[in-house]
Amino acid sequence: MADTRSLPERAAAERPLSPHLQIYRPMLTMMMSIVHRITGFGLYFGTLLLAWWLNAAVNPNAYAKFEWFAGSWIGRLILFGYTWALIHHMLGGIRHLIWDTGRGFGPSEREWLVAANLIGSIAITLVLWIVGLLAMGGSR
Amino acid sequence: MSNPKHIRTPLARVLGRGAARSGTKHFWHQRLTAIANIPLTIVVVVILITLLGRNQAAAAQILGSPAVAIIMVLFIVSTITHMKIGMQVIIEDYVHDESAKLSLLIANTFFTIAVGLACVYGILKLTFGL
Repeated sequence: MADTRSLPERAAAERPLSPHLQIYRPMLTMMMSIVHRITGFGLYFGTLLLAWWLNAAVNPNAYAKFEWFAGSWIGRLILFGYTWALIHHMLGGIRHLIWDTGRGFGPSEREWLVAANLIGSIAITLVLWIVGLLAMGGSR
Repeated sequence: MSNPKHIRTPLARVLGRGAARSGTKHFWHQRLTAIANIPLTIVVVVILITLLGRNQAAAAQILGSPAVAIIMVLFIVSTITHMKIGMQVIIEDYVHDESAKLSLLIANTFFTIAVGLACVYGILKLTFGL
């Protein structure tokens, strides 16, 4: 049967592809690399909240509006996610800086580093929120 | 272009910088700001926690005090630079359509400068009471 596709179409279809994401078994280091990028992406837009908060601090009414948002369940959820993304991205950044020196690439070392990254970010986020909620409760 | 073997522009040959020496600029700045962001983020998180539960007047006073204001501005400049480069890498990795890529790269520059300036403006307002 004659191939009716044009030559460029055939060339594009038959060009071999290098192995891509979906054929690899998911590994923690790979997942954490993806999460590092996703948290960075999220933090990018999170700066809008920082800009809002800093500009709201100028007058009481604007600050009250921000506090209302930050105290709402959706606001709390976003801020909790923002805290975790910030800490996770920071610890991931430290991991990458260690890797930049050529250290920590051994089979057990790299697994230890990504596990410490994940456990550390969750633990620090929880501690920060407990401290934060206690600080808010204490002043009221 | 007297020598046809050269594909460089005359200006590039006169400057004599080879590959312009800017190939690693983003790589380096991403790490430079990453290093700066670590202590800055820790201090900013501590500042944020001390501000929790305080009213607007107290928050404005603390944020506007010289040391805190300077740290906040440093934090913003460093993180905004970091995230501009980071988002550029993401766009270049995933957006292959040339016009869409160019539009997003422009949007990235506009967004980061606008948000960065808005943050700095808020802090300067608190510091100088403009």
